[in-house]
Amino acid sequence: MTAPGLDELVRDRRIIVCGGSGGVGKTTTAAVLAMRAAEAGRRAVVVTIDPAKRLADALGLDGLTDEPSRVVGTWPGELWAMMLDTKSTFDALVGKHAADEAQRERILGNRFYKNISGALSGTQEYMAMEKLYELAEETDFDLIVVDTPPTRNALDFLDAPARLSRFLDHRLYRLMTATNRGVLRAVNVATQTFVRTIARVVGADVIDDAVAFFQAFDGMEEGFKLRSKRVQERLRDDDTAFVLVASPRRDTIGEATYFAEKLTEGGISVRSLVVNRMHPRFDDGLAEATAVRADSLAGTAIGSLYRNLADFQLVASREEENLAGLAEKVAPAPVVRVPFLRSDVHDLEGLRRIEAELFA
Amino acid sequence: MNPTEYFAASRLLIVAGKGGVGKTVVTAALARAASMVGRSALVVEVEGKSGLPRMFGQATPGRSGLGYDEALLHRGGPDGSADIAARTITPDGALLEYLEDHGLSRISRRLVTSGALDVVATAAPGIRDILVLGKVKQLQRAGVADVVVLDTPAAGHAITFLRSAKGLLDAVKVGPINTQARDVLDLLEDHERCQVILVTLPEETPVNELVETAFSLEDQVGVGLGPVVVNGIYEGLDGLDADPVAAAAEAGVTLRPGEAEVLAAAADFRRHRIDLQAEQVERLSERLPLPQIRLPFLFESEVGSAEVDVLARSVLAAIEGLDAGVQLGSRA
Repeated sequence: MTAPGLDELVRDRRIIVCGGSGGVGKTTTAAVLAMRAAEAGRRAVVVTIDPAKRLADALGLDGLTDEPSRVVGTWPGELWAMMLDTKSTFDALVGKHAADEAQRERILGNRFYKNISGALSGTQEYMAMEKLYELAEETDFDLIVVDTPPTRNALDFLDAPARLSRFLDHRLYRLMTATNRGVLRAVNVATQTFVRTIARVVGADVIDDAVAFFQAFDGMEEGFKLRSKRVQERLRDDDTAFVLVASPRRDTIGEATYFAEKLTEGGISVRSLVVNRMHPRFDDGLAEATAVRADSLAGTAIGSLYRNLADFQLVASREEENLAGLAEKVAPAPVVRVPFLRSDVHDLEGLRRIEAELFA
Repeated sequence: MNPTEYFAASRLLIVAGKGGVGKTVVTAALARAASMVGRSALVVEVEGKSGLPRMFGQATPGRSGLGYDEALLHRGGPDGSADIAARTITPDGALLEYLEDHGLSRISRRLVTSGALDVVATAAPGIRDILVLGKVKQLQRAGVADVVVLDTPAAGHAITFLRSAKGLLDAVKVGPINTQARDVLDLLEDHERCQVILVTLPEETPVNELVETAFSLEDQVGVGLGPVVVNGIYEGLDGLDADPVAAAAEAGVTLRPGEAEVLAAAADFRRHRIDLQAEQVERLSERLPLPQIRLPFLFESEVGSAEVDVLARSVLAAIEGLDAGVQLGSRA
């Protein structure tokens, strides 16, 4: 049985997650996949993390908001695009789990809470997954394509839901809030000392904010945990396909390989590998031989032409070498090579050029 | 401008740019350039997965190339070059050291193992960054090397990273963290001691992002901006415009069938890229009046010490070409 190609993923799956390191063309790839689905007659939405104005421009939209906007096009299906707003997604999540309006207000107004979306590592990743889940559960889009944040740690977006629920459920905070309530005052002198020492370093205000936050959050941990478990399950569902996006540079391939390994460990298979910005291969000649010929003709125009060809033969063969190990790692997932494009994407025409390469 | 002066003692160069622009290679080239003119360099990276040792011809054992302790990447020698060392500074490592230095070693392990650092870091955003920058400041002040080159986090956090000091001053009004933030801010704002080197590619989106970053950094952080590094420029070749058939005939060479077309297509591709890049470099000059250091595209993507040397020599040549009258660190 051969593995499904990119076209089949776009036609059959409910969710496609595009992952990879920064600067490899993830957002554009995600947009093209959603457009392809619209062309196949599906209702597709692309959720982007990077507030890339360029993508909005390319889609002919004034800008992207955290509500889906419809992109005008000639396809039989529908294409929608939206941007992830970490803060408002988190606010909505709090609203969903709060026992009442008062609890919601208390949390949303807390200074510590206001820092969470910007400061707690993994929050953005978690909110991307939360948004994905929400769209999958509460809307009737046929396909949801999301690009993941360019994380420092490849695992962040897989880990994030679990990490956040651990954070909210942390023993230390229980102790901190308990200490404040006086329940454990007598029994836990060590913890009090610990908290006081932290307060000495960062200031008491900071600790007070945190304690107030965890107090406000009291009782909501279970709902959060359950939700994050469902999000995790959804990511591993057969209906979700993971597309790894990379460029053929050695360091990015290294990161992508690491990413692929971690995904496998996390129980997620890469369904397709897209490699953008491949240098063209003009023939099957060997760089070394061409370089020798160029050297022997040094100083002539034909020598320069050989030198130039040797340069590109070298870079193309290096790129294939870099790619080989990764391709093996994600097998049987197909590898789709997208050449260096002559210009940046500015409009739907630009997206179509990439589409032609992706689905060649 | 004389490179030896440029890499004058007690300098901190902060290398920043989006992912995929070759920040680490540029970091290596800057360190090597300093070394070539006899200035010792310490490279600091913050992610613990740097490919730096390989770029200096050292095999990488396992994935983590650098540890918290200094590793010597290049030993200075009779050629007049100076040492290049490198190390990783992680927030957790910097915190432990900080607490130990401040007589708080009792709680330091517990702070990390209990995950309390997460709470503290959320309560006072930027605290991780300030710990790293605080350590860098300490190294710079201690004069561990003539020049310290900091490779900033890749994920587009350069502004957040460098803004951490200002942000923290608002969040933490007293105590040692406040002092630390103030010290870091003093260093960042001292254009004599510290410069941010922004790296980009000669392509449309990276150029746009670089210009935005440059203005934000100046407005929000008040750092001094050094020359901008434009990485990956295709070098021109004389004779690229020639018709392969005519050029072959002129040199008395016989082409195989189809070879003329292949040579022409490859030449056309390079010419086209060169034109596109020239447009973008021009656009960058117009929008951001900072001196530029242009580094050649490396067809050999396996970056080893030979490639770093090539780039380092380009850095030196570019610095020599900089107008000495140009006041680096200000957009005069």
